[in-house]
Formats: sequence, C-alpha cells, structure tokens
Amino acid sequence: MQSVHTMSAFDEELKYLSKRIAAMGGHAERMVEQAVAALVNADPGLAQKVIRDDLVLDEGQREIDDKAIIIIAKRQPMATDLREIVGAIRISADLERVGDLGKNVAKRVVAVIDGRQPTSLFRGLEALANLALTQLKEVLDVYASRSVDKIGFVRDRDDQIDAMYTSLFRELLTYMMEDPRNITPCTHLLFCAKNIERIGDHATNIAETIYYIVTGDQMPPDRPKSDKTDKIGLPAALPVK
Amino acid sequence: MTDLGAEQKGTGQAMAARLWNSRWLLAAGVVAVLIAYGFAGISAYVLVPALLLLLAAAILPAAGVRHSAESAGAIEAMGLQRLSGEYLAAAVADPLIIFDQAATIVHANAAAFAAFGGIAPGISLPLKFRAPEMQALLDSVLSGTVASDVVDYTEKLPVERAYRVSASSVGHGTDLYVLVFKDQSEARRIDRMRADFIANASHELRTPLASIAGFIETLRGPARNDPAAREQFLQIMQNQTGRMARLIDDLLSLSRLEMKPYLRPGTEVDLRQTVDSVIDSLGPLARENNVAIERDFAKGPLDVPGDRDELFQVFENLLENACKYGQSGGRVVVSIARGDDGSEPGIDVTIRDFGPGIPEEHIPRITERFYRVDVETSRTQKGTGLGLSIVKHILTRHNARLTIRSEVGKGAAFSVHLPAH
Repeated sequence: MQSVHTMSAFDEELKYLSKRIAAMGGHAERMVEQAVAALVNADPGLAQKVIRDDLVLDEGQREIDDKAIIIIAKRQPMATDLREIVGAIRISADLERVGDLGKNVAKRVVAVIDGRQPTSLFRGLEALANLALTQLKEVLDVYASRSVDKIGFVRDRDDQIDAMYTSLFRELLTYMMEDPRNITPCTHLLFCAKNIERIGDHATNIAETIYYIVTGDQMPPDRPKSDKTDKIGLPAALPVK
Repeated sequence: MTDLGAEQKGTGQAMAARLWNSRWLLAAGVVAVLIAYGFAGISAYVLVPALLLLLAAAILPAAGVRHSAESAGAIEAMGLQRLSGEYLAAAVADPLIIFDQAATIVHANAAAFAAFGGIAPGISLPLKFRAPEMQALLDSVLSGTVASDVVDYTEKLPVERAYRVSASSVGHGTDLYVLVFKDQSEARRIDRMRADFIANASHELRTPLASIAGFIETLRGPARNDPAAREQFLQIMQNQTGRMARLIDDLLSLSRLEMKPYLRPGTEVDLRQTVDSVIDSLGPLARENNVAIERDFAKGPLDVPGDRDELFQVFENLLENACKYGQSGGRVVVSIARGDDGSEPGIDVTIRDFGPGIPEEHIPRITERFYRVDVETSRTQKGTGLGLSIVKHILTRHNARLTIRSEVGKGAAFSVHLPAH
C-alpha cells in the first residue's frame, strides 16, 4: 500500500498515525451511536458515559498533533508522506468535532426525557443518525482500503441527510405548533438533529481529506447545498388539512 | 450376508498381507528347517510341524500392526504438510481472518468477505475494525500479553450483527494470528425483537383497542336497545380487530426478517416470473379499485441473486400501495429494465402510479416504521404503517436501493435497483 522507506522506523511512525486515527474513528462512531441510543431509550446513565468518553477523543487528537509535528520536524517528509501526515492532523480534528457533537446530543438527553415523549418523536432522529453513521463508517472504511474511486457515494448520502433533516425540521415545528408544551423537548431535539446533520458534514470533510491524501488532487467542488430549512417559515410548515 | 462375506474377504486379505510382509523371515525359517532336515537328518514328523509353526508365527499380527501404525503416522504428517492454510480457512464456515505481527490481513476466507466486504490482503486490521473493544483485543494478542482472547463485537450498520470474536496466535514462531467471528446475531435479535415488539405493538395496538373498549361501553350502556346503532358499532369493532390482526402479521414478518442473518449467496431469482406472479395475485385488488396494471418488461433473462419470497413481498407491498394510494390515476405501470447506466450494473424494477403523489418533505421518511403521510387515508386503506419499512429492510439485505420520485398531482414512482452480482 505504502512505499517502503529505507528507515523502517518512519514506516512504523506513519502506521502508528493511521492506527490512532482509526481508533479515534471507532471511538467517535461508538459515542454518536450511544448518544442517540441514550436519547431514544431515555437512558441518562449511558448519556453520562458518552460525556465522559469525549476526553479520550480530545487526548487522541492532541497525541496525533504532537506525533505529526515531531515526524515532520524529524523526517522532513515530501509528497504522499507529507499529505498523509497533514491529512492525519485534519482527520483527527474532524473526528474530535464529531465526538463533541455526540457529547452535545448526550448532554440534552436529560432535558428531552424529562417529560416522557412519544417514541414517534425519536424515530426520525434515529433514522437521521443511522444515515450519518453509515456515512461516517463508509468514509472510515475507505480510509482503511484507500479505494477512493468509491468515494462518490459520500455526496449522495449527504443529499439524503439534508433531505431527512429538512423533513425532521418540519415535523418538529408542527409538533411545537400543536402544543406549546412540546416546545422545550422539540427545541432540544432540533439541536440534536442539527448536531447529527453536522456529523454528516464532517464525514464529507474526512472523505475530501482522504481523496487528497491518496490522489494529491482536491476533490471536485461541491454542488450547492440542498438543506432547505432556511426557507421554512411558519405558514409553510402549517399542517395541510 | 454380503457384510459377512466382505469381512471374511477383508480378513483373508489382511492375512495375505501379513504373510507378504514377513516373507523374508518366513523364507529364512523354511531354508533353516530344510537345512536342518538335510544335514542333521531330522525325521519328516518333525519337519512338517516345524514348517507349520513358522507359518503361524508369520501370520501372528504383531509385526503387521506395528507396520500399519507407522504408515498411518507417515500419512498424517504428509497430509498436514500438504494441507494449505487457505484450504483450511475456506473450509471454515465462520468468517476467519489471518493476520501478521503488524496487524495486516494476510488471508481472509470467503465467509469473511461476504460478511464484511472491503477486506483484501494488505489492509490493516485495526483500520477496518475500529470499535474500541476490537482495538483492545488486537492490541492484547499482538503484544503477547495473552495467547488468545475473546470479545463480543456488534456492528450496527448497515444491518445489525453481533459476533463473538476470538483472536489467537497460530503455532510457534509463525508470527501469524487468526481472528474467528462466531455469529451471535440471532440470540441478540431475539432479545431485541421482544423489546421492539412490545414497544411498537403496545403503542400501535392501543388505538384500536381503546376504540373497541369505547364501543363495548356504549353498547352496554346508551345503545343497549338500539339495533341500528348496534349493527353499526359491531361493524366498526370488526374493522378494528381486523386492523389489529394485520398489524400483528406485519410486525411478525418484520421481526422474522430482522432475525434472519445476512443473505445466503448463491440463489437466483427470475424477476420477470416473480413480478408477473405479484401482478396476478393483486389482480382482484386492482379490479376492485378500478386500476389497470400495465407491464413494460425488458427482453432477455432478468435474473438477480436474491431470495424469491422476500422479493415477492417487496413488489407485492409496492404494487399494493400503488393500487391503493394511486387509485385516482386509474392505471399503474410496472416496468423492468436493465440499469447499466449507474455506478453498478443491475436491474431496475419501477412501479409508477398516477395518483395524487407524495409531498416532497415526506419522501425521505416514508420508509420509517409507522410513518404515515396521511393518517386518515392510511386508516381507510387498511394500512399498518409497516409496508415500506418491510420493503426497505429486505432491500438493505439485498444490497439494493430504493429510489422514490414523486411530484404532487402527478403520481409517484418507486424504483428498486437490484445489483446483478
């Protein structure tokens, strides 16, 4: 996969970096998964665990930063190696953000489950989270296999996530209009949905970084965003009867 | 009789083999006896028994047994040396991955490819299996703190699967390790199914149950002596029990799907025949709703890998929806085409109706359980809110894609893209 250097220690260091990235990725995936599970199953204990786990990701990012800087200083890498190292710094920053977003969802668990909400409220959020997590998983799988030709799916998934988010936005707005008592939990859920949608964006960022690491080119420019929530006002969201 | 004959024949052969094995010893003995006979002048009375004794000694099995034990050992050593790790891995039905000291995949068997995909030799294992418990497992085995270890590993997406994974080193000084995945999904799913079933069923069954309870109360109270009202209420109650029965059927079929592990490869489905029989089976419903079903099938064989019964259910649910909710359009077009234009070759089955269509904001969500675009219409059409979730679930297992295109007022098109291979 990678060219062999005369100094095998350098290879070891690069390998270690990618291994740490993968470990961070696994951790971030697990955090988001558990944060959503805590929300859906009304489990504040699990939410607390997610909040504590974020420390591991912060630590991971610091370690990768340090290691990467040391490698650059010591080995003066060029071309692929340099892209690999800079890419690692960028991916670890994205993963750390994914962890933060997961933590933010977990923090809202207590507020949302305060009054027991109907499960239908969470179903859309769960579906949205599944889409975002699938995207993250596929992107990290590409990081393992380096088969960037398959990276086109990322754009499609992003569209799906945006469409789902728009739909969820409308639904939550409708609930709030139906009954003012829904406003507190629905606002929190709206933030949760936004956080999860952001996870999809970070996954797309990671995909672009991987594309850059492997090919040396930037991914072709993104199409215009299709998240339409900026156009949803009150009258448009009134239920059509 | 024949058994006995074979056994005797076997014994005879064994005896002959023993004689042959000890032929030199025997010959030497005979020569010695003959020499003794010739030179020492022993009588013929001694000679004959001596020869017989020699023969008996040769037939005695001791020497033969030792010989066959030696040969069995030789065969075993030869066979094991010949046995390649690849063949052994291929013969194991569970996913199995062999990796080296650097945690790089050396070999993965077919079951591992089918289960995880995207694992080729040369890929680093901790990059593929990123879950914290898998990282810990690989670390502990590779660092040599333990010779072997076992963890439970769950994959949530795209289909939930649970494994008990054991990692251990292979032999001495080979620097190779092996990872074996034992599928525990079924046990896990049964647990979850129970929880899910109770959650879904209690929520969805409560509404019809409450309505039945209300009518019983009315029938025993105010409407006690009103035959017309009684008849009407009993009709409503019958409708409600019918709805509960359908709901339970759908929930069970969804749970059964979730219990089955991922699709077994190797079976082919003839889509032309499957879709034809779906159209036939829904003929009465289409006539009842005054909907004409039109076919537009591509020529040539239309086979895809998959499970016939499951795909039948997919097209049945889609066509049933088209007939019910697209009733106002008066016709439904079912087309099968080869979809080679996209990223992967496959077959597209499209079911298009010309009814009121689905508003854009609902499209991303209509495959969720119990999500209904319009609760009232769904109720009158005897929908359970599970039809499209079942479709989605089956298609995920087939690695297939469902695309929904719709324009309000012009109808909706549900496209299923089934990958060819």
